[in-house]
Amino acid sequence: MAKLSLDDLRKLREAKRKQMDQRDPDNKTAEVIVSMGTSGIAAGAKQTLAAFVEQLQAKGLTNVSVRQVGGMGLEHAEPTVEVRTEDMPSVIYGKVDGETASRIVDEHIVGKKLVDEHVYDRPAADLMGDQ
Amino acid sequence: MAYTQYVLVCGGTGCESSKADAIYRNLIDDVAAREMQADVQIVKTGCFGFCEKGPIVKVLPDEAFYVEVKPEDTEEIVAEHLVKGRTVERLLYKENESKEHAKIDDISFYQKQVRVVLRNCGFIDPENIDEYIARDGYLALERALTELSPDQIIEELKVSGLRGRGGAGFPTWRKWSFTKAVESDQKYVVCNADEGDPGAYMDRSILEGDPHSVLEAMAIAGYTCGADKGFIYIRAEYPLAIGRLETAIAQATEQGLLGKNILGTDFSFEIEIRLGAGAFVCGEETALLESIEGERGMPRVRPPFPAVKGLWGQPTVINNVETWANIPAIITRGGEWFGKLGTEKSKGTKVFALTGKINNSGLVEVPMGTPLRDIIYNIGGGIPDGKAFKAVQTGGPSGGVITAEFLDTPIDYEHLQELGSIMGSGGMIVMDEDDCMVDVAKFYLEFTVEESCGKCAPCRVGGRQIYDVIDGITKGRGKPEDVQRIEAIGQAMQRASLCGLGQTAPNPALSIIRYFKDELMEHIEEGKCRAGVCTALVRYDILEDKCIGCTLCARRCPVPCIDGERKQVHVIDQERCIKCGECFAACKFGAVVRG
Repeated sequence: MAKLSLDDLRKLREAKRKQMDQRDPDNKTAEVIVSMGTSGIAAGAKQTLAAFVEQLQAKGLTNVSVRQVGGMGLEHAEPTVEVRTEDMPSVIYGKVDGETASRIVDEHIVGKKLVDEHVYDRPAADLMGDQ
Repeated sequence: MAYTQYVLVCGGTGCESSKADAIYRNLIDDVAAREMQADVQIVKTGCFGFCEKGPIVKVLPDEAFYVEVKPEDTEEIVAEHLVKGRTVERLLYKENESKEHAKIDDISFYQKQVRVVLRNCGFIDPENIDEYIARDGYLALERALTELSPDQIIEELKVSGLRGRGGAGFPTWRKWSFTKAVESDQKYVVCNADEGDPGAYMDRSILEGDPHSVLEAMAIAGYTCGADKGFIYIRAEYPLAIGRLETAIAQATEQGLLGKNILGTDFSFEIEIRLGAGAFVCGEETALLESIEGERGMPRVRPPFPAVKGLWGQPTVINNVETWANIPAIITRGGEWFGKLGTEKSKGTKVFALTGKINNSGLVEVPMGTPLRDIIYNIGGGIPDGKAFKAVQTGGPSGGVITAEFLDTPIDYEHLQELGSIMGSGGMIVMDEDDCMVDVAKFYLEFTVEESCGKCAPCRVGGRQIYDVIDGITKGRGKPEDVQRIEAIGQAMQRASLCGLGQTAPNPALSIIRYFKDELMEHIEEGKCRAGVCTALVRYDILEDKCIGCTLCARRCPVPCIDGERKQVHVIDQERCIKCGECFAACKFGAVVRG
């Protein structure tokens, strides 16, 4: 590898910083939780997950962590995604494909507005325990 | 596509020795078998610090903290957690036997810690320079070379209040300014990585977990003081740290962050590693320089100090690993920021290696001034088996004990000195009621006698004299005048020894005279060792009226020297008894007594 100039070092640092910030658990203020049970995956949750990760990285939103969990109990609306941000109620979106994922990033996470037609609320209280 | 999950495997020496490397390789294989290598990044990092529970595996972003992981557990972690998003409950860390598992931030071991020196340890891959660069690595060097004059750098260090972390606490900016002020066409920068205190492993963990932070700081010192050559003096018994340093030096050189014309500027700086054979005295800076020069490791008379006349007679900046690791953070975030951490005269944080009779052995970093009680009870989780805290030894063989009544003392350079101990490099050995303080002092004296280089008489002769006196006390030959004798020899050693080794060698003995005189006098006057450690002073007997003849003691006795039939009173043959105390611990009826 060629020796770095000052400029190269700065560029390398910026490029790598995003990757590391994504790994860092200490700077997270929002969470996107993708339901990855068998039915979720069958309905396309893997593509949904990929879309979120791509969108967040493209927009440099390293404060959002993307986690995977098992089924959320809303099988009729798979793929389902829960979004938790600091100043908004936790929301479960249903029928989230790649396009909807990018709308959620733009409108909910950045714009602080719900993506109305995909809100499936939270699952029934008895499934949620005492949360 | 970017990674969606990260698995961090601790690659410190402690976890490596419990097969962390096999865990790392298994994880790679298991993830590859499911073709998930594009989604899951597996990173081998430096020490997480929570060595008691190693090997540790962290899964992000879920912040699952798996402890005491075995190589055969990886399949389950991959199949359950990485594929299905279900955490593997049985491997999660549970605090205080509670059913609830803790997220990393909620674990009390980590809650009171502030990580400056260990900022990257356990998070980045120490063998990948890109990860260091991504965390503002080499930003301090970049700023130094482009924005700051050497005087401004020294000013920044002065504002920060950083003092040497090797033990003595000399202000770092002064060392640097001495070397800078000397006119010379050849100057050197040296990193003292000869960590020798029993039970201390701060420096090793920093080098294993974040080697570039030390290289970057040394280059900054080179620029500031006008040196173009650096040496890292490290013990050969730290193979993992040496390996990671070699990798780091090679990567930094390849990227042009070390070597000729760094980052296209006029500044050139190279670093070489020198291996030490493990002599304790070589941690003393002048003996270390002798050793680098190829001479026998013996201290020189100071002054002149190394800052003026050091390696091969040239001005040399020499700092300890932890001191170096602070410097990039200070230059990047500012001396003022650093100065807000810690106490008035002791700034920043300190890394301690917590060992001995403590629940959470490990590497901890706390702001200077943190009370000892927080370190022992909140972070360390207290003493195992409900035993009573007796004392903690700080500063290793150069330090002394701190007793229960001083548990609320803020830990900084001044307070430790007032208590007759020293900060030292940061070893903290916790002792409980089963430890005999006279025996502890004897252990440290034995160590310093063994490690004395023999150059000056006070250390060579004095150390041996004090050792013999204490050895006599532990064997029942103690005399009342022994106390004065230890004090007199100790004072002579403190004043007349050539280097820190001899000057501080009597400290453990003087410390027990100060804090555990009762226990010492009990040994001398009554021939009694309350902890039952000094075997010559201990005798075990079986009480006839309490022994029911269960035979347990006889079966446990390793000699064996306990006679007796079933349901008959047992008798210990005192001639053959080795005073191991197994019978005492085994008896359920209180029939075995220690006298």
